[in-house]
Amino acid sequence: MSTKPMVSVTHARKVFDVSQPWLERVLSGQDKQMLVAVDDVSFTIRKGETFALVGESGSGKSTVARMVTGLLPASSGTFAIDDVPLDPKAGYPLSLRRRLQMIFQDPYASLDPRWRVGAIIAEPMKAFGLARNEEEERGRVSKLLKLVGLDPADAVKFPHQFSGGQRQRIAIARALASDADVIVCDEPTSALDVSVQAQILNLMKDLQRDLGLTLLFISHNLAVVRYMADVIGVMYLGRLVEVARVETLFAQPRHPYTRMLLDAVPDLAMTGRSRQPVQGEVPNPISPPSGCTFHPRCPLANTRCQQEVPLMIDGVACHAVQEGRKS
Amino acid sequence: MTSSAVTPPVLELRNLVVEFVNRHGTLRALDGISLSIAPGEVLGVVGESGAGKSLTGAAVIGLLEPPGRIASGEVLLAGQRIDQLPVEELRHIRGKRIGTIFQDPLTSLDPLYRVGEQLIETIRTHLPVSEQQARERAIALLAEVGIPAPEKRIDGYPHEFSGGMRQRVVIALALAAEPELIIADEPTTALDVSVQAQIIAVLKKLCRERGTAVMLITHDMGVIAETADRVAVMYAGRVIEIGPVRDVVKSPRHPYAKGLMGSIPALDERPERLLQIEGSMPRLTAIPQGCAFHPRCPHVMPRCHEARPVLEPIGAGQVACFLHEVRS
Repeated sequence: MSTKPMVSVTHARKVFDVSQPWLERVLSGQDKQMLVAVDDVSFTIRKGETFALVGESGSGKSTVARMVTGLLPASSGTFAIDDVPLDPKAGYPLSLRRRLQMIFQDPYASLDPRWRVGAIIAEPMKAFGLARNEEEERGRVSKLLKLVGLDPADAVKFPHQFSGGQRQRIAIARALASDADVIVCDEPTSALDVSVQAQILNLMKDLQRDLGLTLLFISHNLAVVRYMADVIGVMYLGRLVEVARVETLFAQPRHPYTRMLLDAVPDLAMTGRSRQPVQGEVPNPISPPSGCTFHPRCPLANTRCQQEVPLMIDGVACHAVQEGRKS
Repeated sequence: MTSSAVTPPVLELRNLVVEFVNRHGTLRALDGISLSIAPGEVLGVVGESGAGKSLTGAAVIGLLEPPGRIASGEVLLAGQRIDQLPVEELRHIRGKRIGTIFQDPLTSLDPLYRVGEQLIETIRTHLPVSEQQARERAIALLAEVGIPAPEKRIDGYPHEFSGGMRQRVVIALALAAEPELIIADEPTTALDVSVQAQIIAVLKKLCRERGTAVMLITHDMGVIAETADRVAVMYAGRVIEIGPVRDVVKSPRHPYAKGLMGSIPALDERPERLLQIEGSMPRLTAIPQGCAFHPRCPHVMPRCHEARPVLEPIGAGQVACFLHEVRS
């Protein structure tokens, strides 16, 4: 595995304007309201590796994914794939767009119900002019369908004739159709049953090994991430709080939030064991707590944590860890 | 079985069959479900989408959507049949003797009424108390499910509560009339993991303290492993394995249960590959002859194609598979 970063994200930030309509705001004398969905997120993904972003709802992980793909313009920060930068206005150059694809959570919404599966998979080839004629196109569609474990004869069917797991296979085939080597997966198995999830996760791992894919994998499920990822980034309220290689993160979680999250997940191994219930819930991101946003729920918080935003140093953004504070 | 011979189980299903009749014919959605829940016991019901777990819960409380109907079999609440009761009587049992918790707390609560009004209405429908007593009881309930400052929050509207807090209110509602049985259908699925843990802890504590029996329906094996005493694994409208949670989770016997447990990624280890069951659950219109799992089963034998295995006792549990009949 090479050490060259395939994907790099530096100081990504996204602010959404969630204000009331202008007239309403003026009449009721309110200020503009801003929601900082992602703040100061930086990471790199090495070629052929899987970087997973985990966090609870509202932590900003999907927003990061959409900024990396260029689907959502960032408020600030820089993005690059294979050293090709994302232009804030024009997006990625055409030569790079082919190499970057996305797989979404809901395979019922991400496939056009009026298109035949063959046409869905062939669309990226058409868009990038990858097939010289229809025969070559059909041949490639058959090959892709076989690659993801479907029958080439399925090309003439419509999406509604498939189950959720099979649809996700079609979505994967479409993502691979343009010979993409960076794939952003946003909760790709969250809508699937566990036995189907196992099929899809195994398939993605096989494809990654065989085709050398680089994956940005978004999930709220820590067990899934443990199975898939090489490196994990834990997000809380729009910020990365800890980044570590998968073995390290699970063996020695450092940030108090990571530890809390690992503690909270119900797991098969939990039978008969009771756990520490976590206090509190994720605060409203419109008015986040001052300083370290985790301080109201953190057992290690002190006055410094209430005032000063911790910086990411050596893979963890926490004053307590950096000071070696235990209580 | 853990239930003693003297007290009947809180809930007992005997050979319950639920069918949907439409112009194309009759679809059998539940095919002979038999199980029981003892007082204070949490029975987990697991399975993938379409296995019939939610339908089992709906059949118990008489909330099957037409054209679904109980075609045969019995539902007994504390030894008394309730599946043939008139609608009005069943409505009274539901709420008074059986509480329900559903997945989405927003749809269980009326957005136009204050939380307190909904609790007080439920309490006064089922218990002979005054308005003032009902209010005090409602505050006590909210405190019990862990809502801070209940005397203030009782006058809040559902939208003023967060997801986790709303689900606590729903639990308080389900407990309002001191039911013997709670049917919880995916109670934590819509919640974030850190909140999930809190809700499970509340549910577990209350059942232990009050001796309420719980039917916990979920697809999340982690939640079951942590909460349930016994587990029933469902496949294509049948119970294929039932037993103590430790046995079913750690050493399942039915090939489907084995595949299901093996396909779940674990937190404490990273396997090279996840166990994989090929194919997917059959549709109701095309349930295979014999054992419904045989087309996907790695150990399929000729007789699995024709005869349907029934639940046979093995160890502390029961398994519906010919494989174990042969061995024992």
